[in-house]
Amino acid sequence: MDVLLDVEGLTKQFGALTAVDDVSFRVRRGEVVGFLGPNGAGKSTTMRMITGYLPADAGRAELCGVDVQREPERARAKLGYLPEGAPAYGEMTPLGLLTFVAQVRGLSGREREQRLREVRERLRLDSVWRRPIEALSKGFKRRVGVAQAILHDPELLVLDEPTDGLDPNQKFEVRRFLKDIAADKAILVSTHILEEVDAICDRAIIVANGRIVADGTPSSLEARAVDHNVVAVTLPADAHERALAALEDAEGVAEVRAANDEGGEGEIVLLVRPAHGTDVLARVHEASRAADLPVREITRRRGRLDDIFRTLTSAA
Amino acid sequence: MRTALLVTRRELEAYFTSPLAYVFIIIFLALGGALTFYLGGFFERGRADLAAFFVFHPWLYLFLIPALGMRLWAEERKSGTLEFLLTLPLGTTAAVVGKFLAAWLFAGIALLLTFPLWITVNWLGDPDNGAIAAGYLGSWLMAGGFLALSGVVSALTKNQVIAFVGATALCFLFMVSGLPLVQGVFQGWAPAALVDVVASFSFLTNFDAIQNGVVDGRHLVFFGSLIVAALAINVAVVELNKGA
Repeated sequence: MDVLLDVEGLTKQFGALTAVDDVSFRVRRGEVVGFLGPNGAGKSTTMRMITGYLPADAGRAELCGVDVQREPERARAKLGYLPEGAPAYGEMTPLGLLTFVAQVRGLSGREREQRLREVRERLRLDSVWRRPIEALSKGFKRRVGVAQAILHDPELLVLDEPTDGLDPNQKFEVRRFLKDIAADKAILVSTHILEEVDAICDRAIIVANGRIVADGTPSSLEARAVDHNVVAVTLPADAHERALAALEDAEGVAEVRAANDEGGEGEIVLLVRPAHGTDVLARVHEASRAADLPVREITRRRGRLDDIFRTLTSAA
Repeated sequence: MRTALLVTRRELEAYFTSPLAYVFIIIFLALGGALTFYLGGFFERGRADLAAFFVFHPWLYLFLIPALGMRLWAEERKSGTLEFLLTLPLGTTAAVVGKFLAAWLFAGIALLLTFPLWITVNWLGDPDNGAIAAGYLGSWLMAGGFLALSGVVSALTKNQVIAFVGATALCFLFMVSGLPLVQGVFQGWAPAALVDVVASFSFLTNFDAIQNGVVDGRHLVFFGSLIVAALAINVAVVELNKGA
């Protein structure tokens, strides 16, 4: 069985507000899926329904084949979950908290010792192992939260903003760690940090106002951005007019415009936008040679996830 | 049940790693002692029993037990740990029972630490130790009743102050439901049977009966069923309020 998370038509109303509206998707073994959206888009509410913390008004969620509303305890036993904000009992030490979680999850004896040692080492908790969690830095608190989620080596992980509040080094480590363990698991990670999607996700689901507005690989989403495959041509400023004329005439070019604030002293960067997102690099290259333009640099740019994210989530 | 006991153990450890436990126990012992000796006239009575001690317990508990119970759920909801706890593979019932048991055992520990009084009466005279044991049992049962009520109120709010005030008010109503203050509201329009039922909910009446050394099944059933009913309501309230 390869679909480890199967979400079908999840809907949640809070009074008049539809926080989550008919959300359906699947996450397969080996996949890391980014769950993106602006604050308040319904990411956490969706995750809370997936974990059975909140009852869904409609729809269902199956965790490793177990319906979370019908058999919540069995479903949760298969799940590792990091709630939003990585809540933990502040007076406990990481050792105490993780031992408690291990006991509740039925780990005992040598297995428990081994799992505790493994998460301690993998999340680098040695230095804080016996210190109260409330005295730890945000980064350590977050890592304790991730540690409790993976303690029982679950096949399915649902992590609500695992890298929020971490410094760049810590973010890198948590991401690398998630990549390391991803091979035989299904992981759903919510975030509003777009670089994270490029860094770890095989797929991204974008939600806005409680609905899924996009679901695809990061590169297929980037392809939807308006300036995907734009070719940037850097020239001396005095060649501006000539270059503009030559490039606008090239085949397959929709628009040429000068970029603001790009290029060095005395340089200008022209952005050549192709019609229908096609690849016009070769044609731009040919046209500039034909017109004998003094080109200093020529690159093809990928669509930026930021742009597509903004387009999709502000239109809705 | 296994998971409920794990919750109980975690909670008890939490009590003793925070100042709460020590502050509570010290104040309980100090107030309990002061009331017994000054207001209760423990020595002046010249009797070898602990009546002067137990008689103040309902009033002591009225403030101290809501203080213990107010954090049970309000704190978990405020800090977000409720989501952590309830998404572990344990049911809400296990969490409710586990947390209640921990608080109740803790109250029991505080109560047992008054043992010097028991030693004192045994040293001074020849008390009826059966009656004293009944007094301790009744006191602990009453603490459980107050605690179960406080837990329900705590589950209704994120705000611990509201939880405390609300729990105190609710406990007070249950405590005095046999007194004219509450009876007056019902007498005159309600059937006599209902008035009697309300009166039978009185903690004072039930506690008095037990601490007089009469361990009657009815009073045990009263506290036991009150605790069970309050815990069932507590489970429902926690379930309903999760998302809020």
